[in-house]
Amino acid sequence: MNTRGLRSQLKDSVPVTGMGPQVGAYGVQDTLRSGFSSVKNELLPSHVLELSEKNFQLNQDKMNFSTLRNIQGLHAPLKLQMEYRAARQIQRLPFLQSSHLALDTLKGNDESISFEDILNDPAQSEMMGEPHIMVEYKLGMM
Amino acid sequence: MALSNVLQIPTSGFNFENVAINVALESLLEGGHTKTPKPMKTGTTIAGLVCKEGVVLGADTRATSGEVVADKMCAKIHYISPNIYCCGAGTAADTEKTTDLLSSNLTIFSMNSGRNPRVVMAVNILQDMLFRCTGASLILGGVDCNGNHLYTVGPYGSIDNVPYLAMGSGDLAALGILEDRFKPNMEMEEAKELVRDAIHSGIMSDLDSGNNIDICVITKQGVDYIRPYQESEYKDKRQKRYKYGPGTTSILTEKIVPLDLEVVQETVQRMDTA
Repeated sequence: MNTRGLRSQLKDSVPVTGMGPQVGAYGVQDTLRSGFSSVKNELLPSHVLELSEKNFQLNQDKMNFSTLRNIQGLHAPLKLQMEYRAARQIQRLPFLQSSHLALDTLKGNDESISFEDILNDPAQSEMMGEPHIMVEYKLGMM
Repeated sequence: MALSNVLQIPTSGFNFENVAINVALESLLEGGHTKTPKPMKTGTTIAGLVCKEGVVLGADTRATSGEVVADKMCAKIHYISPNIYCCGAGTAADTEKTTDLLSSNLTIFSMNSGRNPRVVMAVNILQDMLFRCTGASLILGGVDCNGNHLYTVGPYGSIDNVPYLAMGSGDLAALGILEDRFKPNMEMEEAKELVRDAIHSGIMSDLDSGNNIDICVITKQGVDYIRPYQESEYKDKRQKRYKYGPGTTSILTEKIVPLDLEVVQETVQRMDTA
């Protein structure tokens, strides 16, 4: 569901930063995992849509919450965000597919089909990660 | 094969990993005198108008890929819902996929609410989708509880509600015919003839439109999808199938030898249908 944005809420949208270097531990480029860094790759997005798609969902959520706050008061977005947080924790281990059923129902994604459901389905991705490394990454040990 | 550099399950949606590779490949290939294959576009003439009993949509049937006609009988009028149809111009894959997504969303909605969707709903969903990721320009026409509507949706998400309309590469020629002879509240037959003439002039004046003309008539009672409404005079004499009909080869002699089989062993195996 998209908000037809109230223009006054634009100040809350997430600013579009550049691509940014891939920082690993200690704040420097993780050459072993993400390869050599190149200034050209980081500064310029290769496709016009890449930057806008990166923050699209975040921006939508922020605008929706901010509109809701202005109309119904602070309790409405607070309660909704609490529910989102609870639903986001019902997941399987990092390397397994989770259905995100509760989160989808809360967000209303169970009643619409968009590009996220058709393109690049994680259930059919051709790459599989190492389970131990993925769990360690999720717990912050990597 | 588990890779150790994959730290998270990839997110669904658009994946831009190949864009840089494609750009590099194109620059390599251009220097080597080979061309990358062009996507199939429906360089097109599409037109629509609102008449007394409903909406009439028309389209040509040619799809081009660069300078070659890729499909002579391409269907450019897509089904969205029982009371809404949509003509698409632009890259063929874009129009197909966008209209398919729209149709799926509207089907989910009508199953949830038990009603036929309204045309404004389809237009709004399309507008959001196209603003986010551009692609096709579309003409949406339909009949709902509020009357007969005709909308145009531009490739970047702009919409317009108009009584008559033409889009595509042949739209200037078609729009000339429509501007000249359109009257509000026309009769059905007159409206069909006008749309046919508009598409015909688009076909005559534009290289990227051609072949046959399809017409789709939407009224409160139902939809009449006439495909093709008019076939072009320059038809191919090539057949697509080269099968010979029965009786092509004459039979000289006929000899029948019956095989005598006797039952040697019979076993019955029960199927468990519980």
